Order: sequence, then C-alpha cells, then structure tokens
Amino acid sequence: MTNLVEVRNLRIEATTDAGRVVEIIKGVSLDIADGEIVALIGESGSGKTTIALSLMGYARPGCRITGGEINVNGKNMAALSEKQRARLRGTDIAYVPQSAAASFNPSSTIMEQVIEVTRIHGLMSPEQARKRAVELFRALSLPDPEGIGARYPHQVSGGQLQRLSAAMALIGDPKLMIFDEPTTALDVTTQIDVLKAFKSVMRADGIAGVYVSHDLAVVAQIADHIVVLKGGEVQETGTTAQILSAAQHPYTRELLAAFEPKPRQAHADADAGTKELLRIDNVTAGYGAVRGDGLPIIRAVDSVTLVVEKGRNLGVIGESGCGKSTLARVIAGIHPAAAGDIVFDGKELERTAGKRSQDQLREMQIVFQYADTALNPAKPVEDIISRPLAFYHGLDRQARSKRVDELLDMVRLPRGLRYRRPSELSGGQKQRVNFARALAADPKLIICDEITSALDTVVAAAVIELLKELQRELGLSYIFISHDLSVVEAICDEIMVMYNGQRVEQITPDKLQAPTHPYSKLLFSSVPKLDPTWLDGLVRDPELVSQYGHR
Amino acid sequence: MTSGVLNLVLKRLAIAVITLLIVLFAVFFATSMLPGDTASILLGQAATPEAVAGLRQAMHLNDPAILRFLRWLLGLLHGDLGTSYANEMPVAALIGGRFINTMELAGITTLLSVPLALTLGITAAMLRGSLYDRTVTILSIGVISVPEFMVATLAVLLFAVYLKWLPALSSVNEAHTLTDLVRIYAMPVITLTFVISAQMIRMTRAAVIETLSTPYVEMALLKGASRGRMVLKHALPNALGPIVNAVALSLSYLVGGVIIVETIFNYPGIAKLMVDAVATRDLPLIQSCAMIFCLGYLLLITVADIIAIMSNPRLR
Repeated sequence: MTNLVEVRNLRIEATTDAGRVVEIIKGVSLDIADGEIVALIGESGSGKTTIALSLMGYARPGCRITGGEINVNGKNMAALSEKQRARLRGTDIAYVPQSAAASFNPSSTIMEQVIEVTRIHGLMSPEQARKRAVELFRALSLPDPEGIGARYPHQVSGGQLQRLSAAMALIGDPKLMIFDEPTTALDVTTQIDVLKAFKSVMRADGIAGVYVSHDLAVVAQIADHIVVLKGGEVQETGTTAQILSAAQHPYTRELLAAFEPKPRQAHADADAGTKELLRIDNVTAGYGAVRGDGLPIIRAVDSVTLVVEKGRNLGVIGESGCGKSTLARVIAGIHPAAAGDIVFDGKELERTAGKRSQDQLREMQIVFQYADTALNPAKPVEDIISRPLAFYHGLDRQARSKRVDELLDMVRLPRGLRYRRPSELSGGQKQRVNFARALAADPKLIICDEITSALDTVVAAAVIELLKELQRELGLSYIFISHDLSVVEAICDEIMVMYNGQRVEQITPDKLQAPTHPYSKLLFSSVPKLDPTWLDGLVRDPELVSQYGHR
Repeated sequence: MTSGVLNLVLKRLAIAVITLLIVLFAVFFATSMLPGDTASILLGQAATPEAVAGLRQAMHLNDPAILRFLRWLLGLLHGDLGTSYANEMPVAALIGGRFINTMELAGITTLLSVPLALTLGITAAMLRGSLYDRTVTILSIGVISVPEFMVATLAVLLFAVYLKWLPALSSVNEAHTLTDLVRIYAMPVITLTFVISAQMIRMTRAAVIETLSTPYVEMALLKGASRGRMVLKHALPNALGPIVNAVALSLSYLVGGVIIVETIFNYPGIAKLMVDAVATRDLPLIQSCAMIFCLGYLLLITVADIIAIMSNPRLR
C-alpha cells in the first residue's frame, strides 16, 4: 500500500424514478498519495460528486456501490459495514459541502455543529474541542474567531460559512478532505479568500484532498493532479501542469478552449451603433417602505444611467446583491422604478409593464437565469413557444406550428423536441427553449439575466456562440447581466460595472486590463486564471479588499 | 430579539381577539336566522298567541338582533355569560361542570395520543420503507378513513356487549375508585385517540422525512452521526414547526368536535350541551359554547405558532 487512496474499478448504479437501473460510474480507478490534492473535474452528471462521496463509503439515496474497491488508509470502504464506515467519517475522511449555507443545521449554533464530530467520536472534551475550533477559525482567517461560534448559520455570510464548514471538517484531524465544489456559490472576490484559506491549512497540516469542481481555473490553483471525468468514466489523468499545457483528450481540450478569449469581430454594419435603442436616466428602485420623497428605504438600484445602442450589447457585471437583476426587472417593468426615465426606441416607457403597450412589451423580452423555473413544467415545448406567438402576433394554429419549427431551428434544437416537456431536456436545451420563447416575440432588445450561470462551461460557451449568431442574423441588441466576467467579455461591446446599486464604471472589453475605478480593479483581478501560480502570486491591495470585499 | 418575539406574540393575540369577535358575530346571526321561535318552543304547542307575545316581550326577543348581541357582549365584559332562555339558569353555571368534563376527557386523550403519535410518526420516518413504516402508514390511513361513530360503535359492541369488560355509558358521576375511572374513560379516550392520532402520525412522519432529505442531515451522516442522532438532533428540531401545528389542529378537535363521541357514550360534555341548546334556540348558551370552542381553538393555534417561532432561530 503506497497511496493513501486507491480506487480500483469502482462501479455505482442508480435507480431512476421510473425504476430503471443505470450505471453512473463505470469502472473508475484513481490514486491519491499522502498530502496530495487531486481534482475531479467534469460537467454536471459526470459523476464527480458521486465518486468523491464514495470515498466515504456513502452513496446518495437511490444509488448503490456495486463493484470495485475503495481503499482509503488501508481500509476498503466498499466492504465495511455501515457502523464501521460511520466510525471513519469525520475522523479519517472529512467532507466540505458544496453549499455550506444548506449544510448547516439552521436551528443549532455554529460552534455546536463544528465540534459535533468530536462529540460523535469521543475525540476530546467539549472544552478542548471549542479551543481547537477557535484555533481553526483563526487559521482560516475568519473574523471574530472567539465569538463567531455562538452565532447561528443565518447570521454569517456565505463565504464565512464555507470556511466554517472547512473548520468543521478539520476538527477531526482527517487524513483526507473532500471538497465538493466549495466555492461555486461564492462571488469571485470572496472565492479568493476561501481558496487561500483552504490551501494554506491543507499545506500546513499535509492533508490529502479531493477537490470536486467544474471550474478548471479554480482547480489549477489548488490541485496537484487532475482527473477529467465524463459520463462516469475517467477521460484523462495527469499533473496539473500536464493537463493545462498538454491535454490529450478532446473533452479536456474543449474545457480548456472555453477559457481562451475569443476575438470579437467588428460589426459589419457600421452605422448600427449610432442609433439609441434604450436609454435609462437616473433610475432608482428598491424594496421596503416608501419614504417621504417617494423613494424606497432599501435602494437596490441607485440613480443608474445607461444607454444601449441598436445592434450592440451592454454587459452588466457585479457581485450578488449589487442590484443587477433588479435593474433588469426595472427595465422590463416587472419591478416598477421609483424614479427616473426609461426611453425605448424613441418613446418614453411607463414604469410598470402593465401600462405599456403590447408592442412595447413585445419589443423588449427578458430571459431568466433558471430555465427550470421559467418554463412551465406541465407544458410541452411547442406550447411554451407558441404562447407568445398567439399573444403578440395572433397567429393561427398552423402558422404557429410552422413558426415553432423555425424558432427551434434558430436555437439549433432538433424539431422533434417540440413534443417534450422541460423536465425531459438537458440544462443547455432548456436554456435554448427559454431563449426561443423570447425570440418568438420578435423583439429588438433581449435582457439576459445570468442565462449561462447554471450551465457547464462547455455548454455555456455554445449558448454564447448561438447568441452571437442570432444577433448577426436578426440584428438584436442584448443587455447581458452576469457575475462572470469572461462571459460578458465574450459578447458585449460595453461593460457596466455595478456595485451596491450604483454604476461605478463603464468600459469597453479591450480596456479590461486597465479599469479606473478601484472596485473594478478588485473585481477583475479576482477572476481566476488558468495559470497555477496565479493565486500564490496574487497581491491585492488590502485597502481595496477591506473597502469592497465585505463578505 | 426578545422584544421581537414579544411583538409577534402581541400581534398574534390581537388577531386572535378580532377572529373571536367575528366568529361570535357570525354565530349569533346564524342562530338568529334559524327557523323557529324561542318563546313558542319554550311554551309548547298549547300556548296562546298572547302568552307567546308576552314571553317574547319579557325576554327582549322583540329587540333588534344587533341590540341583543351588543347587550350580550357588554355582559361578557363584566364576566356575565348571560342567562339561559330555556331554564332561566345562569349560562356560566350550566357550562361550568360540563366544561370540566370535556377538559378532563380532552386532557386524558392528549396525554395518551400525543406521545403515542409522535413516537409512531418519528420511528416510521426513521425506518422509512420498512415493514414497520408501511404497517404504521396503512393503519393510520385506515383509521382516518373509518368514521368515528363506527369506531365508537364497534368499541361498544366489542368491549361492552360481547366481552362485557367496560360499561357502555360513561357516567362520570358514578366514578368512585380509580378502576371505575379507568373503566369509564377507556372507551371514549380510545375512540378519540384513534381519531386524532392518525393525522398527527402522518404529519409527523412527513415532516421528519422531509427534513431527513436536507443537506444538513446528509452532512451529519458524513460526520459519522448515528441514525438516532441525525433524527433527534438535526431533523426533529427543524421539523418542529409543522409537527406542533399538526398537533394543535388535531387537539382542537377535542374541544368542539367530540359531539359524536359524547353522544354515543352519553358523556356529559360541552359539545353535547351546545347541540341541546340549538334545539331550544337558547341563544346565550349557544353563543357561550361557540365562544369557548373558538377560544380553545385560537389558544392551541397561537401556542403552536409561538412554539414554531421559538424553535426557529431565524424568526427568534
């Protein structure tokens, strides 16, 4: 036994709701040496989390480990009894979950949950455990290490919870830590703090780790080895440097390609950019009670002014809670502005969608982040796309049916999909249907609210390509809202940076290297790069971080 | 934080008082609209029209309904529930003994059924999918589906008629020894426990199963926690809100809904009193009974809400 972890020919089966049995892990083998961090990378459904959890001898309900060996620290987890496995969980192998916010019990204090492992396994007295926890909080650079344990999970931020869940894993002094996409739910500026904290703790104690992620750039910062997975099979294994510089497998190359900046072609239509399509002036909107001056107490959007020109795209970028989604809802009239003007195609628009004319509504469409919730699960695709056709264009049955085919062609979906319901489509397909529904109205402007953030890198890149093509064919304009700089950079002519409800800067993609506003500087410098030395070499102005990195 | 809870409790109480007023109003006018006249019922068929008119006058029955309602409400503020139309006795005296009887029955049933239902619900959730779970589920669905008069009648047939273990009627006043008491209460309590436990078992099981599938319970499993710890420490505290509400709803049935059980076992409780009062159009009595039912219900729901709020740190 040379390696800490040796997985041989692992097979896991899942039973679907319909009772069918599918093999989701098809004979995976991998090794992890002492103190080494191995990343499992792949799209959703590739089995990366399933494999990581199997190292603890655990398969989610409906799944079953059916074959192979999972040797961790000399014990075959697959062959142990549930009692024996429970004894190793938390002590030998510890788990850091994807969403710490959901993985903390809301009705119990943080300290109670962090030291629970020591109680379960009788590792040390509660006083010792609390002392150790405070040490860990300090090592993970959490604010107020003495007092944070007394709080409840909802009283601390997402980034802090993620580090607290690492403390929860570390307290049992594990030999192996499993990180399940621990930074996916975080903003980039927060992600850096969390990654740095993880890395320094793992390195200091020489703990081995499994890092599950779909983000190659994040993995490049923390992993020694990378295992690329697809469809429950290992596609490629190598050191981080090998994978990044000399990937062999086509799928790995596809993943890498999604990171390469694509050259933007200049607009063929020279005068396209001269006409103003949408202008909003000093728009303010928010939530809560309305004050004497007619403005709400909590301002999600604060005196924002922006212009979208015909045939051109505006990107809006910022962290969660900066007001970018509210801005989209204000422009679409779903959330009426409290002050300011919205001028669309030369005419002033009412603030509420209900008071706008049907044509005004038709010409401005919005595509929401989660296709899952935006599409009616009870209707087949053709009904979903037909609805705006009947509503805006009054087409009869036959004309609608013809147009649905055309629209499905436009978004590059096979026509046969029209009879399916949303639950029978993949994430990328659902987002295309969602987009086709907006196109059906024949709009001039489409507001895209984080439409790629729920998609895998490769799928998202394909959706962006599609958007660009449709723009060339149909002369559309997009307002593209995202927290992901690379996505916005790929498609937008202008980028507006939002912070705390305000517009802090507007720049063009070619000037992204040299933002002028300090917040833009912090935000842009926080986007992980494929270069493995990036995180260690990153020096951030502490003043900037304390001013804006408030999470 | 504490002032927030206090605020919430006060708000709840204010809403409860308003609800009570609306219910009283509705009950009063619904009863007033019933066909039949108190005076003619009281005097019987042989009464002369003059006698009826005289009695109406004496009982203020000719006053507008709203005036009578307000008069009764005013009396209530002084702690006076009014005087029964039917037998000229103070309503408070009529209700007093009956109320205690009903509370006794409800109390004993609660003590028996709540622990039973919670235990069955939680254990069924822990052993989800097992033979035990399926047995509990099928039995509780079965019990929900059988009407209570059926359960009660079958119980009488079995225990009183064939086995002759228990008396068919529950005359509380004849109880002198502990054995007597057990014998008297056994059948009504068993019947009521059947009726209210089933719903509590099902709700408890559903609430616990739902929290068992949350990420924080999975996290507890991956920390090496035992099944008992996962349920008692992680799932149950978070399922408390729905469970307490289900318990409150079931228990509220014990205050007003026990009429069938009280009738079958001839148990002198308050629900039976109210039905008798409806027969004689005895408005003050009906009104007072309705108020007690409504108060009991509001009390249970408010307590359940407050427990649910206290058990959730996000609301606390």
